[in-house]
Amino acid sequence: MSGFRLETGGRVDRGQSVQFSFDGKTYQGFAGDTLASALLANGVTLFGRSFKYHRPRGVMAAGSEEPNALISVDRGAGRFTPNLRATNVEIHAGLNAFSQNRWPSLKRDFGAINDRLGMFFPAGFYNKTFMWPRSFWEKLYEPAIRKMAGLGDAPTAEDPDTYASTYAHCDLLIVGAGPAGIDTALEVMGSNKRIFLIDEQDELGGGALADPSLWPWLERSRKALIDAPNVTILARTTAFGYYHDNFIGAVQRLTDHSPDNSDSPREKLWRIRAGEVVLAQGAIERPLVFDGNDTPGVMLSSAAKVFANRYGVAVGRSVALMAAHDSGWHDVFALAKAGVGIKAIIDVRKDVDSALTQEADRLDIKVYLNHSVTGVNGRHQVTSIQICNNGDNLSARMDCDTLLMAGGWTPSVHLWSHSKGSLAWRDDIGAYVPDQPNENVRCAGACSGDWDFGSGAIIDVLPTLKDQSRIKAFVDFQNDVTAKDIKLAVREGFRSIEHIKRYTTNGMATDQGKTSNLNGLQIASTALAKPVTDIGLTSFRPPYTPQTFGALAGHAKGALFQPTRTTNIDGWADENGAVFELVAQWRRARYFPKMGEDMHAAVNRECVAVRSSLGIFDASTLGKIEVVGPDAAEFLNRMYTNPWKALEPGRCRYGLLLKEDGFITDDGVSARLAPDRFHLTTTTGGAARVLNMMEDYLQTEWPDLDVWLTSTTEQYAVIALQGPNARKLLEPLVDGIDLSADAFPHMAIREGTICGIPTRLFRVSFTGELGFEINVPTAYGRALWERLMAEGARYNITPYGTEAMHVLRAEKGFIIVGQDTDGTVTPFDAGLDWAVGKKKPDFVGKRSMARPDIVASGRKQLVGLLTDDPNVVLEEGAQIVADPRQPIPMTMIGHVTSSYWSEALGRSIALALVAGGQGMMGDTLYIPMPGKTHEAKVSGMVFYDAEGARLHV
Amino acid sequence: MILIHCPYCDEKRPEIEFANAGQAHVARPLDPSSQSDEEWEAYLFIRANPRGRHHERWRHVHGCGRFFNAVRDTVTDKFETTYKAGEPRR
Ligand SMILES: [Zn+2]
Repeated sequence: MSGFRLETGGRVDRGQSVQFSFDGKTYQGFAGDTLASALLANGVTLFGRSFKYHRPRGVMAAGSEEPNALISVDRGAGRFTPNLRATNVEIHAGLNAFSQNRWPSLKRDFGAINDRLGMFFPAGFYNKTFMWPRSFWEKLYEPAIRKMAGLGDAPTAEDPDTYASTYAHCDLLIVGAGPAGIDTALEVMGSNKRIFLIDEQDELGGGALADPSLWPWLERSRKALIDAPNVTILARTTAFGYYHDNFIGAVQRLTDHSPDNSDSPREKLWRIRAGEVVLAQGAIERPLVFDGNDTPGVMLSSAAKVFANRYGVAVGRSVALMAAHDSGWHDVFALAKAGVGIKAIIDVRKDVDSALTQEADRLDIKVYLNHSVTGVNGRHQVTSIQICNNGDNLSARMDCDTLLMAGGWTPSVHLWSHSKGSLAWRDDIGAYVPDQPNENVRCAGACSGDWDFGSGAIIDVLPTLKDQSRIKAFVDFQNDVTAKDIKLAVREGFRSIEHIKRYTTNGMATDQGKTSNLNGLQIASTALAKPVTDIGLTSFRPPYTPQTFGALAGHAKGALFQPTRTTNIDGWADENGAVFELVAQWRRARYFPKMGEDMHAAVNRECVAVRSSLGIFDASTLGKIEVVGPDAAEFLNRMYTNPWKALEPGRCRYGLLLKEDGFITDDGVSARLAPDRFHLTTTTGGAARVLNMMEDYLQTEWPDLDVWLTSTTEQYAVIALQGPNARKLLEPLVDGIDLSADAFPHMAIREGTICGIPTRLFRVSFTGELGFEINVPTAYGRALWERLMAEGARYNITPYGTEAMHVLRAEKGFIIVGQDTDGTVTPFDAGLDWAVGKKKPDFVGKRSMARPDIVASGRKQLVGLLTDDPNVVLEEGAQIVADPRQPIPMTMIGHVTSSYWSEALGRSIALALVAGGQGMMGDTLYIPMPGKTHEAKVSGMVFYDAEGARLHV
Repeated sequence: MILIHCPYCDEKRPEIEFANAGQAHVARPLDPSSQSDEEWEAYLFIRANPRGRHHERWRHVHGCGRFFNAVRDTVTDKFETTYKAGEPRR
């Protein structure tokens, strides 16, 4: 035997040596090793420090239930993964792994002082001690505790890896490819069902991988399944959560096991909808609870068998077994046959099956029945154990380097419980098993509580001669919860296991109590003198094992975080230096700076261009809804506050939309194209919401109306031409439309062609200048824009962005729904009384306008604000008070909703919601800001061209 | 993610195709102006919050676009039934 590698056996590839690093030291392993098996083969027993007491910890298990051997893997900048189980990490050339929670080194850890002070750290210690005073907690206790009691470090750099995500559908999903899962797949394979077989390990087989007698069967089965066209096999794939209607989340690890960080995705998220699910997740062996059961070298007996038979590694040279279950005996027999030196079998039971003792005899293994292990000697590795005869209390010391525990088995009901299947308690195995399903699911094999590895006794804590209050008998190894902690919780009055769990943190670590829940339950049951079923069971929640944020969300980052909607003209804006902003999901040009211009200078220039000559603006993002049908006018009449029935074809109207509660929810100009056809526009962000609301009323309140609603937002590119020269530019380009002021007045629509492209041409203005909005089929947007830019050069045509658009509309007192309103503003509050059809018997929101709160005085109303100092541009959102000398906290009477520098007026302007504001014209209000309180006078909302002379030309 | 049966498409489709639209069978009064403040308040704001069977509206917003009614158990999150708008309460 070289180190602890057995001469023969195992599934590792002995011809393929692999060099890797752990805590900076280089080791050799074989392809097929896990980090745990490779380090054990090298004689490494110390893997980490425990969470609270910083006790030395080794490997306890061989699979994903491992609570102790948590390590970090560093794959280079931004590729740091903490809290991986060494038993799950496949070694590969260049693997760079580190132990955790130790300083300055794993062997000399400063925090280990916590262990000696352990008597001062009982359950609830943090809650009791560090409660007061608050400032101590924030500044002193918490940072110190976080540094001392922790898992691996969180990564600090941005994750450069890519991740994939997919949906899948199948008739049968089998979780777990052990013998039970494989048998299920083989049985169904001949049908025409689409089958998914997934397993968290790198190869199929589960428990069979540790049983060489099953390998020929395994190889035959694997081949048959791979050849079956209807079977999809996903290895290295963890089903982490089971959701409604047989929806299973699984993460497939694609590259972590290989040496290079290629560009291919690191992990893939599978969202699988299955007709039927078979859970074949197996069972997890339970540790036994006794003093020192966490010493490196104490491990589950099933794990020792896996290390020997699957990896060809002896976990020790002199191995003792502490058993309460037959399975441990079988494991030890297998170890003996694999060449591992067996010291003795100690069993807490008085009687065991004579077949077991005979086999022990035959293998020349010493047996101690009715005995307990009462102590473990050795700090970084077991050196000897103390055993005690439970009959006569005679104690003896036994030299060994490894102690195995066989405490019985816990069926893995995690996913079953996620699916809300019920559980039934079985006294004979001391565990919960699946009972009634809540989905189309069944369990197969050991996870249903059926196994052929014998029976055992249910032991909460091994009998001991020692003072129970002075021993450290661990239940939850990862969270450092001892049997004493659980008993303390019961003494302090906790009765439900949910409360005991939270008080002691038993089962709340990253392993979610895979090895601790049942032992904790048994100890609480004994302490409370109540049956286990009376104290409840804690819930299992996803994920089954921790998953990376990258796997769950990494495919949706950066540009893929959410869709970005762009207009047909967006590319031109991009090529011409636009600064963009997001409006809902739309990317919109905010301003077009010229060389050396800041935003302020660019916006001023753009505004001046519109007022003095001609501006061009991409308004394609406006929401558009085509409303068609004989009852279209009647429908709009019921939806909007305004009257629509008398609107003549060819004319437009500003529409104001309320919710039924009377508050403004959207607005926009709409046109009547024909008696039965309207072209509605909505705000950029409100299009989907408005269409949904209209569909709701149409489908469910007024299904008798003959109307069709169609979203046309993306069917039209919309170019706004605004400014005194707008008509001059258009006239030579438009056919079939008389653009003269008399033939085509403000708030009208005409259909014709522009540059040969069919258009719906609106004469509308959101700037107060002569303006047109040209709707053309989307694909023509950029071509038309470029033509207009070229033809408009003689008018110094200037593209402007949303910022200038906001300034220009604010100068005219036009509101932006959602900026100047906040969902509590009525038409009257907004000064839009004129848009409400007083004679209409009903419209959405009308009745609410008579609600007591709506007609009460003192409501916040939209007004203009002019600062006494014209150079002060108020901050949007700034609070307004009536008296700046009042004591703090002051009574706030409103806030600034819009505020800009107006180049046209040579001063700042603002809009604000102010309680009773419409009755305060000319009054001075105060806006306290850090370092300075600004004064402003209440004004009307129209700051520029109040009589509208510039519009009607 | 649950599956919801759209009574118009007559198919079970994933939850992300649908949007919840609040309590079902809350009809807008035919003549709102005749409603007292209390009646109008009840229509606007007062909603059931049952533990168990709950009648609610859903819209197959990323499918056929239709609003329909459903009975969902608020404890188990299971849909008992779905039916077309305008059909009697189940
Ligand atoms: Zn549908």
